Amino acid sequence: MTLLRHTPAEETARREALTVNPAKTCQPIGAMYAALGIHRCLPHSHGSQGCCAYHRSTLSRHYKEPAMAGTSSFTEGSSVFGGQSNLLAAIENIFTLYDPDVIAVHTTCLSETIGDDIPQIAEAAADKGLIPEGKRVIHCNTPSYVGAHTTGFSNMTKAMVDYFAEAKADEKAAGRVNLIPGWVEPADIAELKRLVALMGLDCITFPDTSGVLDAPLTGAHEMYPGGGTTVDELTAAGDSAHTIALGPICSGAAAKALQAKCNVPQTTLPLPIGLHATDRFVMKLREFNGGHVPAEIAAERGRLLDLITDMHQYFYGKTAALWGDPDQLVSLSELLMSVDMLPKYVVTGTPGKKFIKRMGEVLGDRAHDCRVEQGSCADMFMMHQWIKADPAKVDLLIGNTYGKYIARDEDIPFVRHGFPILDRIGHQHMPTVGYRGAIRLLEQILNAFLDRQDRDAPEASFELTM
Amino acid sequence: MSTETDAFSLTPDQAVTSESVRDDLLKVYPKKARRKREKQVLVNRKEADGDGVVSLPQVGANVRTIPGIISQRGCTYAGCKGVILGPTRDIVNITHGPIGCGFYSWLTRRNQTQAPTDEHDNFMTYAFSTDMQDENIIFGGEKKLRAAIQEAYDLFKPKAIAVFSTCPVGLIGDDVHQVAAEMKEKLGVNIFAFSCEGYKGVSQSAGHHIANNQIFKHVIGEDDTSRGKWSVNLMGEYNIGGDAFLIEDLLERCGIDLVATFSGNSTYDQFANSHMAELNCVMCHRSINYVADMIETKYGTPWIKVNFIGAKATAKSLRKIAEYFDDDELTQNVERVISEEYPAVFEAQKKHKPRCEGKRAMLFVGGSRAHHYQELFAELGMKTIAAGYEFAHRDDYEGRNVIPDIKVDADSRNIEELHVDPDPERYDHGRHNQALARASDGVAFKEYDGLMADMPDRALVIDDINHWESDLLIKKIKPDIFCAGIKEKYVVQKMGVPCKQLHSYDYGGPYAGFRGAINFYEEIDRMVNAKVWSMVTPPWEDA
Repeated sequence: MTLLRHTPAEETARREALTVNPAKTCQPIGAMYAALGIHRCLPHSHGSQGCCAYHRSTLSRHYKEPAMAGTSSFTEGSSVFGGQSNLLAAIENIFTLYDPDVIAVHTTCLSETIGDDIPQIAEAAADKGLIPEGKRVIHCNTPSYVGAHTTGFSNMTKAMVDYFAEAKADEKAAGRVNLIPGWVEPADIAELKRLVALMGLDCITFPDTSGVLDAPLTGAHEMYPGGGTTVDELTAAGDSAHTIALGPICSGAAAKALQAKCNVPQTTLPLPIGLHATDRFVMKLREFNGGHVPAEIAAERGRLLDLITDMHQYFYGKTAALWGDPDQLVSLSELLMSVDMLPKYVVTGTPGKKFIKRMGEVLGDRAHDCRVEQGSCADMFMMHQWIKADPAKVDLLIGNTYGKYIARDEDIPFVRHGFPILDRIGHQHMPTVGYRGAIRLLEQILNAFLDRQDRDAPEASFELTM
Repeated sequence: MSTETDAFSLTPDQAVTSESVRDDLLKVYPKKARRKREKQVLVNRKEADGDGVVSLPQVGANVRTIPGIISQRGCTYAGCKGVILGPTRDIVNITHGPIGCGFYSWLTRRNQTQAPTDEHDNFMTYAFSTDMQDENIIFGGEKKLRAAIQEAYDLFKPKAIAVFSTCPVGLIGDDVHQVAAEMKEKLGVNIFAFSCEGYKGVSQSAGHHIANNQIFKHVIGEDDTSRGKWSVNLMGEYNIGGDAFLIEDLLERCGIDLVATFSGNSTYDQFANSHMAELNCVMCHRSINYVADMIETKYGTPWIKVNFIGAKATAKSLRKIAEYFDDDELTQNVERVISEEYPAVFEAQKKHKPRCEGKRAMLFVGGSRAHHYQELFAELGMKTIAAGYEFAHRDDYEGRNVIPDIKVDADSRNIEELHVDPDPERYDHGRHNQALARASDGVAFKEYDGLMADMPDRALVIDDINHWESDLLIKKIKPDIFCAGIKEKYVVQKMGVPCKQLHSYDYGGPYAGFRGAINFYEEIDRMVNAKVWSMVTPPWEDA
């Protein structure tokens, strides 16, 4: 029986009000995820407790890890009179019980609609002596009715600059860059840091969820695991020689804010998923280390190339449908193009001006063969309709776990990538950025194709060696 | 009462007492927070008076969560859309609000459903949202909601559409009920709305009540088709992991006509016809007793408390239903089914009990599961040393006899209480009289004694437990298993203690009925005896 039996093949009329099976979620979860990348930080959701419960649950299901965060637990009274007293109580209770260095407050559609002024409340908390010496309360506004989860991630990342970064030294620290990795997995951040270190550079990475959302089992629960960017590092980011922001949607705003505030020049690059994007990342790093690229990185690139040539026949001409976040979709599409595959259908619910243009650049002369939709009502339901209406369908689906319903109904191979992944592991442990990450992604894609070929091959042409 | 040999103890070595643990849990709180928690963190002292009547301490329950405390609780929207209406497969549930709420409640609660064929509606794999944008917040969202309902109707032609309000909807004053009524008129299918904004009430419990009210007002009573002589509704069973499938099977084999389940594996038509059942069987008292009460008042249908979690409890519940109908044929059917099922249960107990006996469990979950699952642990010879609910009320702890004494606070007063009168045509006096007659023979109606009566004297009872408290409990007591939800699971396991999710069943189950009990025995045996827990300390560290 079909799982999505009510999805018709033809789009009768373009929907304008009803989103069905969204390819995005709301801002606050992005802010919560970003804040977990500050060392000894407790994210705090200023709104009804359901928001916090939903975000924590989703993050925990994705990472199979604790996702600790507080909530202002609004009641009807707070919705009428404002959430000040709730946030004051929360600040006192959190510092007393959970002793973080930083409370990172993000708002919700509720507190935004009421119009709570978080800096004013934080100031009141300081005046009342509720913020212990050396501890900080930071905030960003994350109205759920604007943008998407990526917007919230961007806003909290920018708040780290707004609250902490300082230009203290007379000269910028040569040989030290800031790395804003964007919404990627802890393993991706660790991989990016490894590449920067191999390039012989010092690096301040923020937010950094590696060492936080991939904590080991030790017999003790560490409320604040060892990872995360420290407040000192965030402060010192104002003195770095350069900022490299990965993914304009998630990281661009923070990099620009740092440039404006502390005069740190910045470069915003696409997420280094795939060979070309990683090349660009390495070339940028090379500008700060005297132009040197170590043999180890060159060898990793070579291994990736080797894999592509070895298995090219299985990639060539295959089509894919993708959904998720713009920063990911652009780089994933470029990766597919680089192995002579074609992204045929691409949707994102996340708004943002340059996405269509960026997709056009990546697709080049195949742009007319790819259908891209973005924003309101650009959802997985729409993408599924396109696939159903297409006699050739697509050869591959790439996106978050929700794609499994389409994958099963249409019998299409499926590689999970993005957020959230609720039904497989590996994404939190194995990077998909860098040359090594591209090897993993291509391996996943290959396995999906080859498993399918093995499943469907007639006896006579069932292959031993592939 | 306890004797010397089976005296209650939290740890095998009796190193800590319930009283000392309670002190440790409370002492760190700021004053105001502490005053609140003192009423919610209790030692279950069962005191017998001269006549042997046991009294229980009063628990602070269904009260506000303290801001900043890392609570297990969710919101009213989650209770309404996620819990109660989520499992009904053929209603198009539109979330009116920004995208998040609809996204997070999309397929995440594991209520399974089984439409007979592809031709039958099943919308559970879909998330529908109005995805409100800032202009809708500023200028109002009614127009977009109206358009969304129209688009949903045009695409899916469902028999019913429900609208769920998220936080900003109440604040900006969208009249979702008016829009629903208009569109119902226009489209000719049943359309109704829920004012289940997340900030209402103190937990998801308020959402259950709101859901119950609207289903009662808008759906129940729409179809008067008469039902079999042994017809029942199963209330407060949500088919997590397929529980309802097993219960349906048992009832069917007994010859019992299951009209509707509220709301596991349910359909709109079942709700519409549910007032025609002879008896309501309430499983999760917390989430659904409102509907049972309202149906009784309006249609004369009595309700009994049942529990299909635990083999013994399942047998008891089936017998209770048979007792109500007081018909030899049904009684024989029930006994036959029990005797068909029980040999396998005994086999499984023989295998798993020796491997689990004496181990200690903690259960902090839900509004009934923290109570019901103690049955299963008891069948494995395990002891529940601490338990509490996430969102239950005093009656779920202390029993329904405290209901008249429950203080209705401002948060509860804001949740509508429907005024219900007997239906002049459809009130069934026969059912009412049957209930009176059966009551005089000793059948208990509307009876629920709550969790505390079933827990050992001096066990810990903690309402709305938070991270700070569960962390300390585990450190001090190190139970053999901890039961909670996804937000707690990985915290607990980092501490070297297995955590069984009793919301999602860790994607396993079913655990209801006899076969479900066997599944649970196997699962708990696996968890408490897994080799991994012995590998936590590396060989290079002194033990």
